[in-house]
Amino acid sequence: MDGIMSKNNSEYLIERNDNIYEVVIGLEVHAQVTSNSKLFSSSSTKFGAEPNTQVSLVDAAFPGMLPVINEYCVKQAIKTGIGLKAKINNKSVFDRKNYFYADLPQGYQISQYKYPIVGEGNVILDMPEGQKYVGIERLHLEQDAGKSIHDIDPSNTLVDLNRSGVALMEIVSKPDLRSPDEVNAYIKKLRSIMRYLGTCDGNMQEGSLRADVNVSVRIKGSTELGTRCEIKNVNSIKFMQMAIIYEANRQVDLIEEGEEIDQETRLFDTKKNETRSMRSKEDAHDYRYFPDPDLLPLEITDEFIDQLKSEIPELPDDKKKRFIDEFKISPYEATILVSDIDTAKYFEEVVAKMGKNRDMKLAVNWITGELFAVLNNKNIEIAHSPISAKNLAKLINLIKNGTISGKIAKTIFELMMDGDIDPQIIVEEKGLKQQSDPKALEALIDKIINDNREKAIEYKQGKEKLFGFFVGQAMKASGGKANPQLINEILKKKL
Amino acid sequence: MTEITSLSLFELIKNIKEKKISSNEAAKSFVDRSEKSKKLNTYVTENFENCLKLSKEFDNKPNFDLKLPGIPIAVKDLFCTNEVRTTAGSNILNNFVPSYESTVTQNIWNEGGILLGKLNCDEFAMGSSNETSFFGNVQNPIAKNLVPGGSSGGSSSALAANLTPVTIGTDTGGSIRQPASFTGTVGLKPTYGSCSRYGIVAFASSLDQAGPMSKDVKDSSILLEVISSFDKKDSTSIDFKRNNYSSELTRNIKGIKIGIPKEYRVDGMPGEIENLWKKGIEYAKDCGAEIIDISLPHTSYALPTYYIVAPAEASSNLARYDGVKYGLRSSGESLIDMYEKTRSEGFGEEVKRRIMIGTYVLSSGYYDAYYLKAQKVRQLIKKDFDDAYNKVDAILTPSTPSSAFKIGEKSNDPVSMYLNDIFTVPVNLAGLPGISIPAGRDKNNYPLGLQIIGKPFDEQTVLNIAYSMEEKINYKNNITDWWME
Repeated sequence: MDGIMSKNNSEYLIERNDNIYEVVIGLEVHAQVTSNSKLFSSSSTKFGAEPNTQVSLVDAAFPGMLPVINEYCVKQAIKTGIGLKAKINNKSVFDRKNYFYADLPQGYQISQYKYPIVGEGNVILDMPEGQKYVGIERLHLEQDAGKSIHDIDPSNTLVDLNRSGVALMEIVSKPDLRSPDEVNAYIKKLRSIMRYLGTCDGNMQEGSLRADVNVSVRIKGSTELGTRCEIKNVNSIKFMQMAIIYEANRQVDLIEEGEEIDQETRLFDTKKNETRSMRSKEDAHDYRYFPDPDLLPLEITDEFIDQLKSEIPELPDDKKKRFIDEFKISPYEATILVSDIDTAKYFEEVVAKMGKNRDMKLAVNWITGELFAVLNNKNIEIAHSPISAKNLAKLINLIKNGTISGKIAKTIFELMMDGDIDPQIIVEEKGLKQQSDPKALEALIDKIINDNREKAIEYKQGKEKLFGFFVGQAMKASGGKANPQLINEILKKKL
Repeated sequence: MTEITSLSLFELIKNIKEKKISSNEAAKSFVDRSEKSKKLNTYVTENFENCLKLSKEFDNKPNFDLKLPGIPIAVKDLFCTNEVRTTAGSNILNNFVPSYESTVTQNIWNEGGILLGKLNCDEFAMGSSNETSFFGNVQNPIAKNLVPGGSSGGSSSALAANLTPVTIGTDTGGSIRQPASFTGTVGLKPTYGSCSRYGIVAFASSLDQAGPMSKDVKDSSILLEVISSFDKKDSTSIDFKRNNYSSELTRNIKGIKIGIPKEYRVDGMPGEIENLWKKGIEYAKDCGAEIIDISLPHTSYALPTYYIVAPAEASSNLARYDGVKYGLRSSGESLIDMYEKTRSEGFGEEVKRRIMIGTYVLSSGYYDAYYLKAQKVRQLIKKDFDDAYNKVDAILTPSTPSSAFKIGEKSNDPVSMYLNDIFTVPVNLAGLPGISIPAGRDKNNYPLGLQIIGKPFDEQTVLNIAYSMEEKINYKNNITDWWME
């Protein structure tokens, strides 16, 4: 039987002719450093500017121009390293990676080769079957290249150097990932950590986060690594997953046919959903790396690192642990709430505004349910939520203290979106307060039983299903405002 | 009164400050003499009209507090000058006009200097005879068809011919000191990190240093004071306390210890160089210095080390000249074709040779054997000097293994050409200050120079020794203006 089988949710195995293969994946993530100016020049890094308007003499590699390191970018890289629980190297070196291309003005990229600024670390993934540690090999700083535009002029390639010299962090993972699902979780976790730190906005549409994906396959249980192929510059999680599935199956097919896998660089064609060879190992560039003589080795003191450590905010893993301990929510709920820093902030604000008599269950459900649905539908970030945390907390408290029913709350929620209106005001203006006066409800129920004598008798004779009918009639008669619990109690008594 | 053009910088400044000569008179004299000296081929780009105009402006509103009040100065065409063409002696930058100014030249203009023009040099400063320039050979005013040295050959020639009162060059392996030696002038390469490299067309970044070239030692001290500055725009610029080199200049060097390195007595060195060195030792003793024999054991590895490190850096530094952004662009069928044609037509033979060498020594599989090893040897050479400086304050050597040679004599033999740098190269590898002063003549009456090497940042001692010895040597160039006939 040919096919893809899976023992649990996030495992990805390929079965061919009684052989079971697993896929081994390592990622080189290129994350744009959040910084107003470039890695070695003072040009702006703002996205979307007119072509070639954010280019200094250094970025365009004019004769005699020299790079000067941007200290802020160095701090950002160190912070990210701390977030990855990685070793920060006291000494690192900038090297030149030499190759010719029209959008590489210097004829070399300044990068870090032998001595990166950040060494080994790890990232924890929350998978359905439990936590998984993914090793980080290194993080280094490098310059981005410009952009070659091939589709504006029919006979010329145009070059935009706005991106030339922008700081990137290349984060290299160990080959610890085993499935497209894990890749998804890894990228999201990495992005989450960097967004908490404010070191990379993680915006994949704007190219702030992209990855080279290294894929190999091997018989499940084998400890040796297969020959890998590197899929260059994939800019969305979905494409990474598609590329991995295509590439892993291609490699398994080759092995099953008794052929060798060539170590090569491949490109993912998003239209055809396939990878194809870009260059073989033999054609690989000889980048002639050597230390950039224009820059001295980067020396970082322990005091400098300690200072940055003291500026690190609470990160997702710690926040998750605290949410579970402090708010008694489930690990699953905590994972969802901490995955994005703004969601976590929103949740904590709701919790704070709910006050003493807070109801965590309601808070979690309203945020991950109603609010997420609205944000998703309208494609809005939670930071720009149409309903503030303060007003959502008020709404939850109105449910909690019995002022309104959950059902009415949904109606109020809809109304609140029109300019973040205080739910208390809506309740008062629309008279939506829950009817909880037992005497009034008794009178209301008496009338219903009177009007439906026959059904009441049937119920008494054992047709218990009819109970729901009476509840519905009571709610209808109250305009939906009756307290459902009281209705139940009174009906049971009267029937 | 002596002709204006034959005055030293110090004398010229004095005359201008005392209002005996106006800036415009000075500019006119140097422009006139330069106009009459086109046969020397020293200028790549003249800035004569603008210089005359600016000198008038200076005279209308003089500021005599400046260190170079209204002084016209021609500079090597490796310094980027705002709105004045800068070629680096190369066809690939034939049409290049910078929109910015190098820090070193800016320092000169800030002190009242006025640009006379841009002086010829070996292409991208790669050469020892100025023969690799796209703009042709430069004549040494000492004698017809003699090279002026290189790469700052236009600078040394213009200086010796009195076309500029002082000038600046750059020195990667001897490009200031060797041409100074060949033309009977003074040339100082400061400590690496003393003068900013910002805006200087790069050859080999870890070795390049700008420095003054002048008719006497005092003038070099004046110019060094102007051009040496800490610059944040150059990450390798060093923030050390700079002396007031000219006012602290003294001939009192009593008790200073000067080392004589035995390894500089190389095989095949002409007897007249050996004699010059011996005489130099005697002069130094006469000045009150103590002479001490020292050893710099790794000297013989300096030249091969240099010819790995410098081309390696150059091969990368010159990658930016690709026809895409500025400079020459030849048309091609494709991007690669355009690159190949542009760089084939834009670069000369010597530059291509060094790009090839540099690319080779950095290639995977060869990197460890060449580049990495060269870096290790470089450390040993540096350590040799460190050890020596535990015993001595400065070191005295010949500047070059021979006097100036004829144009064409060595142009087909690159290795023999490279040997010219044998005494100057170790100084660059170790990042030290070194000066060449004229010290005598060979059998043809061509000038010969002696080199004084100092401790890092100790330009003052180097200048003081040179200033003191200069008085004893009492060398005077005998320029006949043969090219004007």
